Amino acid sequence: MFDTHLIDAASVRNIGPHHAPTGFAFEAKLGYYRGLGLSMIEELTVSIDGEALPREAVRFDEGKGPLTLDEMETAYDRRWPFGAAATISVSLPGGFPTGSHELGLRQKLRISYLPFPSVNQDRKIVSR
Amino acid sequence: MTTRIQRGVSLYSFQEEMFLGRMTVEDCMAFAASIGATGIEILPEQNMPGFPDVGDAEVESWKAMAARHGCHLSAYDMFLDTKIRKDRPMTDDEQVASIVRDLRLCHRLGIRNMRVLVFVRPDILGRCVPYAEELDVHMGVEVHAPWHLEHAWILRTIEEVDRLGTRHLGILPDMGIFMKHYPPVFRARFERQGARPEIAQFIVDQHEAKIMCEYTIYEVAVKMGGNAAEIAMAETLRHAPYANPRRIGDYAPYFRHIQAKFYEMNEDCTDPAIAYDEVIPELVKCGWEGTLSSEYEGNRWIQDVMEVDSREQVRRQHVMFERLIAEAEANHGAATAAQPLAGGK
Repeated sequence: MFDTHLIDAASVRNIGPHHAPTGFAFEAKLGYYRGLGLSMIEELTVSIDGEALPREAVRFDEGKGPLTLDEMETAYDRRWPFGAAATISVSLPGGFPTGSHELGLRQKLRISYLPFPSVNQDRKIVSR
Repeated sequence: MTTRIQRGVSLYSFQEEMFLGRMTVEDCMAFAASIGATGIEILPEQNMPGFPDVGDAEVESWKAMAARHGCHLSAYDMFLDTKIRKDRPMTDDEQVASIVRDLRLCHRLGIRNMRVLVFVRPDILGRCVPYAEELDVHMGVEVHAPWHLEHAWILRTIEEVDRLGTRHLGILPDMGIFMKHYPPVFRARFERQGARPEIAQFIVDQHEAKIMCEYTIYEVAVKMGGNAAEIAMAETLRHAPYANPRRIGDYAPYFRHIQAKFYEMNEDCTDPAIAYDEVIPELVKCGWEGTLSSEYEGNRWIQDVMEVDSREQVRRQHVMFERLIAEAEANHGAATAAQPLAGGK
């Protein structure tokens, strides 16, 4: 759902020292028609040119401080509201590669009324 | 003659524009008021960013906003996260507590209808009935395709209502259960994804003939060697029931709100898929009193290729509602009240 609107491509930026970035970050929305508790977000898979980055390298922050995906699993009192951008950051020495590359985001959600996980996917070309 | 059927709209209908930040809740209410759809159905988990922590000031601002536009809040869509934990499902007590939390917020908002997700167990709802009675909120189990009015799972809720003799538990039909024709927007999207036109036509023809879905799925997947898009299209038939509109009167005492699902309206303000032309006369005939609440769900079928205009779609549906209600009243006369449930409170 909303697959073409998950990644804000213009928001991609490097993090860490300007001369030696330690990773990159971008803003994203949840592909769902309501907000969802963070514990039900099973995967946020970030990829560059189709290659998934390690799960441990990903951090999520809806505004209350960054969490690892493992920490999100028990964050019962935090939610990703509907239509709201959250910051996803990824550790990657050197930052987002220069030139034109495809940034991918796959969200796997545990929706209680569905018998199967809900999966959303967006891909955006990022030129830097 | 005045109708007992009120018109309204669910904020679900404007999810595309709200997701993209192009409409606010207030914009939705102003638009709904402009087409006479003054009953506003809300999804607190969509429309209240701080949910479930909603303070009194926020509650008052919702009521004031509705009043400002001559609207009222008609229904509250609850959710139940039985899988909130990865290590175990919610216990029964936790489920009851979550539902009661929603009943209380619903009551604070001055709303008397709560849409309950169809998968919620009837015995859990039975435990919530005393709270619903105290707060005077009707819990309506959403009768959503592929369930339908006479599905055994739905009948369990009906039995629970009868057993308890309560007026605060019932059902809440979603009109997707009356899919008489296969939606053209579904077909078009599958064709964009690679379904061959002749296979798509076969699936549409099978649905039109009301052939049980598993025959069609097997034909497409195995005998025709269907591709992924064709098989996915055939599988949508599992969720495309055409329930018998003539049974609506039998169940009318159990519901007082309707989610008027639709996927697309034609330019001439007719629905190519859902049999509103058969449903609305039945509602009028039995004297049903409640809100027909638009639930536009076409955005997900077209958002890959075009701008979504939810307002225009909802507007067309209400032109259709006005026409069909007026025609039905002319044919059946102004309705008498639906028979209330005997002995319930």
